[in-house]
Amino acid sequence: MALFQIAEPGESAAPHEHKLAVGIDLGTTNSLVATVRSGIAVCLNDEQGRPLLPSVVHYNADGSTVVGYDARKDQAVDPKNTIVSVKRFMGRGKQDIAHLESMAYDFVDAPGMVKLRTQAGIKSPVEVSAEILKTLKARAEAGLGGELVGAVITVPAYFDDAQRQATKDAARLAGLNVLRLLNEPTAAAIAYGLDNGAEGVYAVYDLGGGTFDISILKLTKGVFEVMATGGDSALGGDDFDHRIFCWVIEQGKLQPLSPEDGRLLMMRCREAKEFLTKNPEAPITARLSTGEMVDLKLDVATFAEITRTLVSKTLQPVKKALRDAGLRADEIKGVVMVGGATRMPQIQKAVGDFFRQEPLTNLDPDKVVALGAATQANLLAGNKTGKDDWLLLDVIPLSLGLETMGGLTEKVIPRNSTIPTARAQEFTTFKDGQTAMAIHVVQGEREMIADCRSLARFELRGIPPMVAGAARIRVTFQVDADGLLSVTAREQTTGVESSITVKPSYGLSDDEIAGMLQDSLAHAKDDAMARALREAQVEAERMIEATEAALAEDPHLLNEAETAKIRNAIAKLQEAAAGDNRRIINIAMDDLGFETQEFAHRRMDQSIKKVLSGRKVEEIGTGDEQ
Amino acid sequence: MDLAADFFSLFGLPRTFRLSLSELDSRYRDVQAQVHPDRFANATEAERRLSMQWATRANEAYLTLKKPLERARYLLELAGHDLQAESNTAMPADFLMEQMEWREAVMEARAGGDHHELEHLYQRLRSDIAGRHDEIAALLDDAQDYALATDRVRRLMFLEKLLYEIDDALASLDD
Repeated sequence: MALFQIAEPGESAAPHEHKLAVGIDLGTTNSLVATVRSGIAVCLNDEQGRPLLPSVVHYNADGSTVVGYDARKDQAVDPKNTIVSVKRFMGRGKQDIAHLESMAYDFVDAPGMVKLRTQAGIKSPVEVSAEILKTLKARAEAGLGGELVGAVITVPAYFDDAQRQATKDAARLAGLNVLRLLNEPTAAAIAYGLDNGAEGVYAVYDLGGGTFDISILKLTKGVFEVMATGGDSALGGDDFDHRIFCWVIEQGKLQPLSPEDGRLLMMRCREAKEFLTKNPEAPITARLSTGEMVDLKLDVATFAEITRTLVSKTLQPVKKALRDAGLRADEIKGVVMVGGATRMPQIQKAVGDFFRQEPLTNLDPDKVVALGAATQANLLAGNKTGKDDWLLLDVIPLSLGLETMGGLTEKVIPRNSTIPTARAQEFTTFKDGQTAMAIHVVQGEREMIADCRSLARFELRGIPPMVAGAARIRVTFQVDADGLLSVTAREQTTGVESSITVKPSYGLSDDEIAGMLQDSLAHAKDDAMARALREAQVEAERMIEATEAALAEDPHLLNEAETAKIRNAIAKLQEAAAGDNRRIINIAMDDLGFETQEFAHRRMDQSIKKVLSGRKVEEIGTGDEQ
Repeated sequence: MDLAADFFSLFGLPRTFRLSLSELDSRYRDVQAQVHPDRFANATEAERRLSMQWATRANEAYLTLKKPLERARYLLELAGHDLQAESNTAMPADFLMEQMEWREAVMEARAGGDHHELEHLYQRLRSDIAGRHDEIAALLDDAQDYALATDRVRRLMFLEKLLYEIDDALASLDD
């Protein structure tokens, strides 16, 4: 596929061309990339035919990286420079991370998000994740033979704003155009529902390497509606490994281990866990650097016993999600199992007992999320085949609120609100002549601010001096379809508009992204400037394509003069994009954006009128009044 | 149609308290199918922003019209009747007395861990609330007596809050 196609005025750029879009499951333990080929979602394998990419990144001293199976080999010999399960650190401060002491890394406590010191320098989890995404992007582009128009990247449903923003930043850093952040259980439901023509209320129990999600979804013809979601973003298969690890230390009466021995033993524990899904007993043997020999046997019953509290820890969010959905366990039609960790027999039994039915395992629990994401990416990229069309209504997992007097939380948007959503709250000044107000945005369910996650603090200045209580400050929370929040504040009474929009504090600034990009490209042939230019060109191409498509669809919404203005702006953008000045391209994009604003309004207006026309108010039945 | 249109017009529904929920559901979905950001993932920036605003509005409208209490409050607001929910809390003594009795019963059952009694109170309150919905429907849709409806809606707010508390108590016993 050509990098840049310029269409002649009046014809849109290859309208029937299949756009290359992928779904990426960026997992704690393994990651995958999938796409839709000839109408079927398939995982894209590496050169050795393996679909999984271990989410492991090894940093070499020269700054180059090794990702995947090859990096995994390094973890026991060079644990400090080999990052595993980096997903656990995304959007997390040092104090948020469990079992920190048993990890071999050299942590650097940075504001907002923890960082890791490696021989290639200090790395943010965002950068580490970007290496994984870059590897998958390269795999996909090689496999599909062209540049991707975009990707759907999955995140645990229970990821908070910080974790989502970090994931999106990683994708940006990897040079991916993010079509959507999609919740993992929802992705699984798409793959399952479309495959099985399922209708009714389903639960998706998703236990991954480091995260646990439960989502309750209502599947009706063409609509996937999330009713409630819950989970624990720091509970997963890794914790089961850790329980075995503790058991081994205790049984073997081992002294404190070196980082290398710790990693080695942890790998043996993971292997034992996997072995126990099909066998009644697993050997755990390892020779430590001290010369000590570990030689133990773990049976299924003991394994179940030492992990009993972890299993029941997953059932609490399940109960809560059911309650939020207003349902009982016996009203669930089917339970879809997702994530490699659901292969553990004690999990299958606990879930089966709770819902009093056999869980559904007919889709590969490792692949189902990536396949669903690919299916959604195909839809979002506009590769519609006509009949394949569905609507996805997802929710935010955790309430969003503000700090009020006395360190209390005031909820502004409750959990399980369907996104996109917005809510405004009014505040006033409490002192005469007060001209500034501090606003503290938090996420979580607890009443005390200290128990919630702090997302952002900002100060609204320039409030005109008034008597206490006279100012009216309207704070608006907007959550977009990716589940990401932006906050706007505005003083209402005076008409003096003092409005700002904040991105929560852990989000990376454009400068930081540019810096990281420069770093990561220092070892590549490419350079950052060239890449930024190419990105602007691709963006321009997308914009021209979208505008051409709109013009072709709704020419009647514009008069001749308006059409001419838009055509003119398109021509200017085409000209700019053919050159190599990024600034001029950006200006031309802004101009086209400005010229099409009114057109966009009219198109939206028309589509809403269309759906409401043909139905008269009198036709409405009154069968199920309430 | 513009973003400021009222929630009933947004879904092409009559401005009444009596409402077919299945009709509301289907119209909500039809509107979302047109305006949802997933339909505009590849569109221009202007269209993406508009789509988010419309989808947000549709969600807000659906949430407001779906719940009877919210719907009633919204109808009163449209009719220019302020609920004065926060500034004016004076309620008749007999109503408040009744509320206190309810509350005591809930607290007692909660303290005693009496799941059965809580369930019973919940069902009783639910049917009480359903009766009040009928009364409010008659006041708003038939009599257009907004003053009396305002009083009844304010009472309903107390009861909904109580229902929420019982639900909360039931949940805490489950854990």
